[in-house]
Amino acid sequence: MHDHSHHGSELDEMTARVRALETILTEKGLIDPAAVDAIIDTYEHKVGPRNGAEVVARAWSDPAFADWLRKDATEAIASMGFAGRQGEHMVAVFNTPEEHNLVVCTLCSCYPWPVLGLPPAWYKTPDYRARAVRTPRAVLAEFGVSLPEDMRVRVWDSTAEVRYLVIPQRPEGSEGLDEAGLADLVTRDSMIGCGLARRPGAA
Amino acid sequence: MNGPQDVGGRHGFGAVVPEDEATRFHADWEKRVLGVTLAAGALGHWNLDASRHARESLPPAVYYGSSYYEIWLRALEGLLTRAGEVTPDELSAGHAQVPGLRPERCLKAEAVPMVLASGGPTDREGPAPLFGVGDKVRMANHQPAGHTRLPGYTRGRVGVVTARHGAHVYPDSNARFEGENPQPLYTIAFDAVELFGADAEEDLTVSIEAWEPYLEPA
Repeated sequence: MHDHSHHGSELDEMTARVRALETILTEKGLIDPAAVDAIIDTYEHKVGPRNGAEVVARAWSDPAFADWLRKDATEAIASMGFAGRQGEHMVAVFNTPEEHNLVVCTLCSCYPWPVLGLPPAWYKTPDYRARAVRTPRAVLAEFGVSLPEDMRVRVWDSTAEVRYLVIPQRPEGSEGLDEAGLADLVTRDSMIGCGLARRPGAA
Repeated sequence: MNGPQDVGGRHGFGAVVPEDEATRFHADWEKRVLGVTLAAGALGHWNLDASRHARESLPPAVYYGSSYYEIWLRALEGLLTRAGEVTPDELSAGHAQVPGLRPERCLKAEAVPMVLASGGPTDREGPAPLFGVGDKVRMANHQPAGHTRLPGYTRGRVGVVTARHGAHVYPDSNARFEGENPQPLYTIAFDAVELFGADAEEDLTVSIEAWEPYLEPA
């Protein structure tokens, strides 16, 4: 993580630049600073990847819900209270022993906000966007993930308003866990396809 | 457009640097860019596709040299300037000099939860789809100077329809403010060898969403 202190001239320039714009718009009555604060608070504290982890945990423990996710992920996810901006048209893709799914937006930064929150910085970089479609196994290696050689890889480039949620494979040793315990095993990266769910007891 | 945004499959980029999922922002100014961008969208001067086009229209050297929130901020300055809501002089001065055009559209704090929770679905009534699941289709050699969502790495390549999504707002038209022009939307799957040649990774399938005007029978 970057140091936010006083020798980052780029950061200082950007701080000044956004402050200027926000000031102008506020003086003109075009934005309400309290609305800006409310938007930030939503995505900093309320909407994040723990939502998606709850969806995955339910899919692992409730076959009827998993079927609903396969047929109409938007409705199934909305039934848990997760809906809205950048999640209007959801599709859930299920990892299997034969196939691993990975999600990217090569053209910009499309990402399922209601279940995963804001995209991480790396997801928006040309590095990830360029390479995820051509060399996904090399990208996965950068996340410490090595798939079996005979596993197929399916990459979903979300070029429209369809948003993808990867349902990782349920890890071995998780049989006795309830939904809350299962959700703790589900990482954000595993729901993008850049990771695997944690095994119980693993760090 | 063949702009800096269309990076899928391009060589020369570097390693991905993972980060902890608790990291939501890297600086306070990023938070303000997020909030101001979403709040300014409520003024109704542009749409989703026009805002994407503003980002990809940044000069390539600027685009590649900027973090994503910086891209958002630069694009927002451009969108607001073209809409007549701010002037270059105001951006330099950091203060308003003339009145805003649409203060009545200002997004109020109490409306934020509702606006974020309802989002902006893009499915519409539209023409019946010409293609069915399982059909082979070739991506058109479609390279408009304006906005499009057909990634360059799929142009001219043959894939298979794996899903239909009804009709959705057509970005190429919507970004130019020429109307939503809904078109059937499909998921198209490609074998990696078809996209990237003989050196492609084995056992790799890549799919995109494509609107019907991007497709030709194959």
